[in-house]
Amino acid sequence: MSDALLSAKNIVKKFGGLAAVNDVSVDLWQGRIHAVIGPNGAGKSTLTNLLSGDIAPTSGTVTLAGQDVTGWNPEKISRAGLGRSYQKTNIFLPFTVWENVRLAAQSRTPHPAAWLRRATGIKESNERAEHAMELAGLQNRRAAIAGTISHGEQRQLEVAMSLATDPKVLLLDEPLAGMGTAEAERMVQLLLRLKPGHAMMLVEHDMDAVFALADRLTVMVNGQVIASGTPAEVRADANVQSAYLGEEH
Amino acid sequence: MDLANFLIQLLNSVQYGLLLFMLAAGLTLIFGIMGVVNLAHGSFYMLGAYLAWSLSSMTGSFVLAILGGALLSVVFGLLLERLLFRHFYQRDHLDQVLLTFGLIYIFEETRSILWGDDVHGVKIPELLSASIPLTDNLSYPVYRLFMSGVCVALAIALYLLISKTRLGMKIRAGAFNRDMTEALGINIKLIHTVVFAIGVALATVAGMIASPISSVYPNMGSQVLIMCFVVVVIGGIGSVRGALISALLVGLVDTFGKVLLPQVAGMLVYMLMAAVLLWKPEGLFKQ
Amino acid sequence: MSAKAHLEVLPRSLQVVLGLGLIALVAFPFVGTDFYAQMVSRMMILAIFAMSLDLLQGVTGLVSLGHAAFFGLAGYVLAFVTPAGEPVSLWWTLPAAVAASGLAALVIGFFVVRTHGIYFIMVTMAFAQMVFYLFFDNKVLGGSDGIYVNFKPDARFFDLENKRVFYYFTLAVLVLVYAFLRRLLWSPFGRVLAGIRVNEHRMRAMGYGTFGYKLAAFALAGALAGLAGFLWGAQTGYVNPELMGFHMSAHAIMMVILGGMGNFAGAIVGAFAFEYLLHWFKDLPTIGSVNLGKHWQLWMGMFIVLVVLFAPRGLLGVVERIARRKEAVDE
Repeated sequence: MSDALLSAKNIVKKFGGLAAVNDVSVDLWQGRIHAVIGPNGAGKSTLTNLLSGDIAPTSGTVTLAGQDVTGWNPEKISRAGLGRSYQKTNIFLPFTVWENVRLAAQSRTPHPAAWLRRATGIKESNERAEHAMELAGLQNRRAAIAGTISHGEQRQLEVAMSLATDPKVLLLDEPLAGMGTAEAERMVQLLLRLKPGHAMMLVEHDMDAVFALADRLTVMVNGQVIASGTPAEVRADANVQSAYLGEEH
Repeated sequence: MDLANFLIQLLNSVQYGLLLFMLAAGLTLIFGIMGVVNLAHGSFYMLGAYLAWSLSSMTGSFVLAILGGALLSVVFGLLLERLLFRHFYQRDHLDQVLLTFGLIYIFEETRSILWGDDVHGVKIPELLSASIPLTDNLSYPVYRLFMSGVCVALAIALYLLISKTRLGMKIRAGAFNRDMTEALGINIKLIHTVVFAIGVALATVAGMIASPISSVYPNMGSQVLIMCFVVVVIGGIGSVRGALISALLVGLVDTFGKVLLPQVAGMLVYMLMAAVLLWKPEGLFKQ
Repeated sequence: MSAKAHLEVLPRSLQVVLGLGLIALVAFPFVGTDFYAQMVSRMMILAIFAMSLDLLQGVTGLVSLGHAAFFGLAGYVLAFVTPAGEPVSLWWTLPAAVAASGLAALVIGFFVVRTHGIYFIMVTMAFAQMVFYLFFDNKVLGGSDGIYVNFKPDARFFDLENKRVFYYFTLAVLVLVYAFLRRLLWSPFGRVLAGIRVNEHRMRAMGYGTFGYKLAAFALAGALAGLAGFLWGAQTGYVNPELMGFHMSAHAIMMVILGGMGNFAGAIVGAFAFEYLLHWFKDLPTIGSVNLGKHWQLWMGMFIVLVVLFAPRGLLGVVERIARRKEAVDE
């Protein structure tokens, strides 16, 4: 079995005296989706922020493609091959959909800081952006201003932007948040399309989507992992049933 | 430097630092709680000095001038907040910068129209005009001790207000979570008005008590504003405790700097700020 | 600072207006007097200054209250290198002054760019005041009296002492800087700066080292401000610490906002409008016993407050609103 693309071991994050994330370990493999679920306040978003470099862990290690990236800042971790989407839509509202994705793709061109070329004419970033747009199904919305498109389309744009940097690892924070049934179904199909090419972590509340997508499941409550394994194993786990799933269903 | 000189400079440092604190506390509170930057804060200091001069000339009593001036400044602060500032809490910092810059112009010119452009002196009241002898030929003015005393008293009052009273509790709650505070039925608008008025009053009173030492002149507002900004940057925005420690630090560096290293004295405080920024880009006690 | 959408693509009507403006500027020395030509020269120099700030503020979203430090610094460089008895060559002094301002901006930027939001505003003001007091307090550097620049720089191929020649030289620099900055706006670098303004957090998450970009923008803006400052020192023949002061920085902010941020055309419009307004206020007549012109600061202050309250996107914003309303009616 090859090594995990992303491996987080014994991650602890303390704010003052409070441990928001307490001894959590997660492994992500290529072609697999690892879902992290739990009630609000369980520390899922904090965990995602720890893995993406937005905050640094109090203790524990994060390894990405064999490199120790613990404590690296977000831009360094992104360049090491990680992409993420956000729970609260975090796009460039005044720009067009195309420019949002193009700007993400531009970061990987050899001269992203060139002064005199026309940015929109660079073939390499245009091709990568086009590819990400197609994957996310946004080709027909390229000219729309990102602030004016529907919520579901904005969530698609979130994912498209995280794809445009050609990441090996994808962290998706509640991509289905606020979506209606049809939109959610489209997003699930999108995520399935992404699966073969990426190692994915999915933080979600939508249980139908989680059980449709996840190869592995980790349940967090109050910053700690109370169960981890295949969906069937986790479903059957007594702790999980009483602490979480029982209430949800 | 012998002991007596050292003591004098130390006392001067503390006095200057405490004065800066009065200004910085208001600025940092107003920014920390309402999120608005006020470039015209120095103008309140200037206003205080001019008020001290004209009110003490009118009434013949320095104490009456201070009390009257304090009262006037509270009213002024209330009006300014209600009519203008409260509409800017949610707006861009850029808009706030522009607004308050316009206000500086308006305040400066109004001051020029009301009081003219001359430099004035304010007499130290008889009671406080003595000096405490330290050595055979060195003594320390009682008035400067009085200034420090007033600042300390106000600082303690501010501390008690914020941490021990219900109003203070509401202020802290509002700073922490505005929406929740409003949902609990607390009149957040009133809180903001009160905080703003306190900030204005602190700055004005600082100008008033400083006027016998610093004189009363047109540019005094902008000079003190920049020092005030440096204090807030070093101390951390929103932190009154940070403002106090930072103000005393600045007072020490500036005062001793002028005595020990006069050629670079003007730059020392900025070098201190640069050093702090390298270590903690959000100030020593960032909220 | 602001995530607002700035007018970046200039609508056709606006391009026409700018073209007409350029023609007017080219023709002006032939129709106006020398005095007014000098005034317009000065406005053009301020327009270059305003454009440099627009790069920092309008495009990148960094509100600097200390930009004038780099403007004045270059003027002082010219004053220091110009001997009392003869002119000095333009061809090395101009680059030297621009490089000095750019370097100062790089050094100060290194400390300042690590801060955000209101901190950034305060520390830029603080560092600029530091530079101000450095010159103000030291007789060696000219002190509060300032320094005279006795000769305009020697350009060898044309005579800058000739007012008309100087005018066209300034106009040429204005056009070149505008063209360069417009090009920069649509370059990869410019797009990154705009992205940083709108959502710096996401830019970092996408792999951009935003500190470096902001520092580069700060240094470049400082260098361009130096270009304007050099011209100012040459044109007026005099530099003093006020050129580096807080009021000058605030005027620049005002010019950029007044015209409309983020597209450089607005900066030019704003600079001209602001300077014109300033002169107009100062020239107000005396009515009865009240000298209205003397109290220009009061009118200027009120004007600024009114602009913030009612036209926060500046003149171009107003024009754009009118143009859009007209389009809606035509449909």
